[in-house]
Amino acid sequence: MNDALLNVAGVTVRAGDRALLSEVSFQARAGERLALLGPNGAGKSTLMRALAGDLTPDAGAVTLHGRPLPDWPVAELARRRSVMMQQTPVGFPVRADEVVALGLPGRRHGNAADPLVGELLARFGVAALRARAWPSLSGGEQQRVQLARVLAQVWDSPGPRLLLLDESTSALDPARQYRVLEELAALAEQGDYLIVLVCHDLNLANAFASRVLMLDQGRLLADDVPARVLTPERLAAVYGLRSRWLTHPDGPVLHVEGALP
Amino acid sequence: MRAAEPRRWPVAPTLAALTALLGLGMVIAALAGPLSVAPATLWRGLWEGQDAPGYLVVRDLRLPRILMAALVGAALASTGAALQGLFRNPLADPGLIGISAGAALGAVAVIVLGGGALGHQAIPLAAFAGALVTTFLMWRIASRGGETRVALLLLAGIAIGAIAMALTGVLTFLADDNELRTLTFWAMGSLAHSRWSDVALVAPWLLAGIVLMPLLARPLNGLMLGEQAALHLGFAVPRAKRAVMVLGAVSVGAAVAAAGQISFVGLVAPHLVRLLIGVDHRWLIPGAAALGAVLTVFADTLARTLVAPAELPIGLVMALLGGPFFLVLLLRRNGV
Repeated sequence: MNDALLNVAGVTVRAGDRALLSEVSFQARAGERLALLGPNGAGKSTLMRALAGDLTPDAGAVTLHGRPLPDWPVAELARRRSVMMQQTPVGFPVRADEVVALGLPGRRHGNAADPLVGELLARFGVAALRARAWPSLSGGEQQRVQLARVLAQVWDSPGPRLLLLDESTSALDPARQYRVLEELAALAEQGDYLIVLVCHDLNLANAFASRVLMLDQGRLLADDVPARVLTPERLAAVYGLRSRWLTHPDGPVLHVEGALP
Repeated sequence: MRAAEPRRWPVAPTLAALTALLGLGMVIAALAGPLSVAPATLWRGLWEGQDAPGYLVVRDLRLPRILMAALVGAALASTGAALQGLFRNPLADPGLIGISAGAALGAVAVIVLGGGALGHQAIPLAAFAGALVTTFLMWRIASRGGETRVALLLLAGIAIGAIAMALTGVLTFLADDNELRTLTFWAMGSLAHSRWSDVALVAPWLLAGIVLMPLLARPLNGLMLGEQAALHLGFAVPRAKRAVMVLGAVSVGAAVAAAGQISFVGLVAPHLVRLLIGVDHRWLIPGAAALGAVLTVFADTLARTLVAPAELPIGLVMALLGGPFFLVLLLRRNGV
């Protein structure tokens, strides 16, 4: 895969004696939608931090556009990869559109009147909230505003870009979760974005992802299309879940029945 | 009731109005005082070089003092705005995080331990050194393995400030009557001894903060989303942190050296400007500088006219006026 946008090669991250990640390797191209799954403590957030360039692996390397992350100047990297963390605390009574405008690159930085700000807020269904103060927004509204901010950062960058989303839709109601992920999937399909999404909802991952990466205890157990990763055997082994695939005229449906005793 | 949709005043007119207010305040300050000067005398003195007796008072005594007040207020307020951004805390203030306390300790040490031997110029120099040393200590304590943790910096600053204040207290206890008078007046802040030579001495350091701090506005904006997010946005966060601390130490050190401790302006001015035009540091820092200058010129004018021919310490005037005003503002905003 020579046209890989992202190349993760043998990434190992240790904290003391414990390995948070052990020799994780995969490659991905723009246009792909990766869902990163695994139980709590599996190493999902550590892997996301390694992909973002926030931490340097103890072994192995992450390369973006063929260039190792530590070799990227931060400002240049910011044009090619954008990150939404689980929590983004906002310190002051910033308005929603001002938060998005903080993501705008270069001279447009901070300009809440930029047309892109309104366009992205509308894309995620929060255009009506643009003048609202950040603390007055609900958790789900804040997540959608942050998504607009994260997209604003790389929207006009040339070439393929990497979007790292860590549980970015966890506070949304089910319908909005699907709507937001459909927007993102459509963006990826146009070919400019590689999206890596950390997620806990198996059905959501199944619907959104073109590939599912299953992490457990710092190891990459599986990396394939959703139906081949989310098998009842693996879900039982990794999560302790009882599940099965049901046949339906529209295609197979994953049915989670409960926790194993 | 919390403002769900914060209103913003247009930026350019607001900044222009603040600047105009500063000009007006400076003119009023030049005319007001035990010897009241007619506007015509000031005009002729400034533009036609007429040395009327009233004008000499203005030129040699009031103007340097007014200029010093404006510079000190602007430096404290722009440093306050930047520190609040850095610490993501609207309460961060040069006074709270120990920089002023360090400067005060330096000055008091010279007054009490040095006696008269070190000369008048030693006091501002010691204040300056005190501010730099405290800032350096805070920075060392909060830095591990090339990373500086902002929360730790704030806590370290508060602790070092408390220690510096306690040491200042010990020195005050040791001081004799004569030293005590210098020391008290200085600890409560005063611009009474500002001459043109003093202005020349500290203005470059004060201006460094006023002029250079706005250059850090973009990374400070990014920091509103947290350090990690600011890095993801591509800002050189570690460099910005260092620059804010160094500029803050330099300009607060110079401000304390020139005028003693003036609290509150570094807290109130940025807060008010944030309410008016919003949180973007590109406009917030200069706006706070202008408002800080206005407030300090105003407070100093009151300090020297209210009980003329005697004087009140400006630090007291600032706190007595600013405190209640700030409280009213807080109560109104929270709908009490």
